Amino acid sequence: MSSASHPSAPGSDSGNGIVSRHRNGSAPASLVVRDLQHWFGSGANRRQVLDRVSLTIRPGEVVLLTGPSGCGKTTLLTLVGALRQVMAGSVQLFGLELHGAARSERQLLRRQIGMIFQGHNLLRCLSAEQNVQMGADLLPGLGYRARRDLSRQWLRAVGLGDHLGKLPHDLSGGQKQRVAIARALAAQPRLLLADEPTAALDSRTGREVVELLRRLARDQGCSVLMVTHDPRILDVADRLVEMEDGRLSEASISGRTLSGSVG
Amino acid sequence: MLLDHLWSNRRIPLAWLLLTRQPGRLLVALAGISFAGILMFLQLGFRDGLFDASVTLHKRFAADLVLVSPRTMSSIAMASFPRRRLVQVMADPDVAGTTPVHWNFLLWRNPQTRNTRSILAVGFEPGDPLFTDTGLVERTRVLSQRGRVLFDSLSRPEFGPIADWYKQGRTIETEVAGKRVRVAGLVELGPSFGADGNLLTSSETFLQLMPDLPPGSIELGLIRLIPGADPATVAARLKSHLPKDVAIYSMQGFVEFEKNYWRSSTAIGFIFTIGAAMGFVVGSVIVYQILHSDVSDHLPEYATLMAMGYPLPQMLGVVAREGLLLALMGYLPAWLAGQGLYTVIRNGTKLPVAMDGARSLLVFGMILTMCLGSALMAMRKLGDADPAEIF
Repeated sequence: MSSASHPSAPGSDSGNGIVSRHRNGSAPASLVVRDLQHWFGSGANRRQVLDRVSLTIRPGEVVLLTGPSGCGKTTLLTLVGALRQVMAGSVQLFGLELHGAARSERQLLRRQIGMIFQGHNLLRCLSAEQNVQMGADLLPGLGYRARRDLSRQWLRAVGLGDHLGKLPHDLSGGQKQRVAIARALAAQPRLLLADEPTAALDSRTGREVVELLRRLARDQGCSVLMVTHDPRILDVADRLVEMEDGRLSEASISGRTLSGSVG
Repeated sequence: MLLDHLWSNRRIPLAWLLLTRQPGRLLVALAGISFAGILMFLQLGFRDGLFDASVTLHKRFAADLVLVSPRTMSSIAMASFPRRRLVQVMADPDVAGTTPVHWNFLLWRNPQTRNTRSILAVGFEPGDPLFTDTGLVERTRVLSQRGRVLFDSLSRPEFGPIADWYKQGRTIETEVAGKRVRVAGLVELGPSFGADGNLLTSSETFLQLMPDLPPGSIELGLIRLIPGADPATVAARLKSHLPKDVAIYSMQGFVEFEKNYWRSSTAIGFIFTIGAAMGFVVGSVIVYQILHSDVSDHLPEYATLMAMGYPLPQMLGVVAREGLLLALMGYLPAWLAGQGLYTVIRNGTKLPVAMDGARSLLVFGMILTMCLGSALMAMRKLGDADPAEIF
């Protein structure tokens, strides 16, 4: 776990046995992005939003992505999340190339990606428990009871054991976001994508939610790529990357990284 | 075993929860579907009731084959043909017996209000086996006295309180076609769209009421065959022997001939079918509106599920199940209300309108088509759910 938190570019990890075995981006690196480019619009209106972006995330690693709004962070997230067709460059998820992948392949891959949104995006007509079970229902070969128990466990893990039957309407913002985390993790993802999960929360709740997210993801060996503007939560990251005008650069987060990996 | 398996692998009933967690909208949807269903039940009930009512009398006749004039278009316009034809028919070895029947609309004077109204008068030899109901045949023997009629107690009330008066033991005398007659008893036949009421009388009285009728002409000839004879074969043989001034039908064919008149030669069938179609259209619009706005409202949620890895077909399935549930939940109240309305119609119009299996199934099929069709239309909206747009 601590080896994965080394704050450096993928190529420089050659000294580490675990990583070097898979350094060509095959199996264990959760995500390898190389020279990814993306445009919106067409013809004269064509605008480049991603410019030769490269990024590697190893299992269990928590990577924070910051940058001014409109710089392409969310686009990167949707590409990595197999929600959009890759135009140029390469995105490898768990060793599978997304460039040229069919819609159905991407849809199957998405089952291994947990997503947490700015708005919680819970289903309004389902209780907290049922919402989480929508995540657990994606797991193959589990009976209804097993899936329900699983979702209850996850709700307890996020501290909502007393709110199983409540509708999203009756939960606070922080509670809803925690349900969303439980839902994302209930599908046992190998990569968690989060888009400003603290945007709608006050600072204390936001802090709690992010720490919870990191702890649970780590326990699962699940990597995290989180977009955030919130300077107060940067220290939970193993690695911090900054994006500006469609380009990615490794940011220095000084001593924070170390304290993050210890905690 | 299979049920156990299905039960333990069940999923969250998303369609059911989507519908029931918005009770207001669900209620509007169900009211709309039920209304459409009731409208269909009502219109189709009227239509079928009309067709059935047009043959209430026909179905009671004891006959294997029927002779009518080829100029006869329906029971409300029976042309006459020579009675001799029935005698000729008797020559066939397979024919067991015949009954000549007079059939015409005459003016009946309401003994209470003195208003006249057209009533269907059927004249025959008293005691002749005219009806399959032998008890009814026995009761016609009182008609052998001249000037007596049997009044249909199911006739519309405009003919006067004949049944009530008769049961009170009053002697009821009134005018039919300007001649005095006495009600000698009651029968239960039932009115049709063509005839508001019926009366039975003897041939002798009938001819007295209509003195201008050419002698030896009748409107209907009933033919009974010996047991084991094939009606189709005999009909074909008789047809080749008889002149072209008569048409021969099997009993079933006679009933169909009458129904077909109302179905094809009048606007009635068309009108009620259009009415039922209107119900279908109104219902479709309501269900489509409900499902469409339901999908639109939940579009981000559908997109979220798709982002989580649920395939589009599964989401389409949710919408389809919503349609199916709406159909099932909307049909039940429509069916119950239909039952109630049929009772009201039966009491109000004395038409034989009843809930039968075929119509129940037909309306259910239409509601199902309506709901699933609307669901199919609403699904197109689901194509707008782009999981890439939800971040």
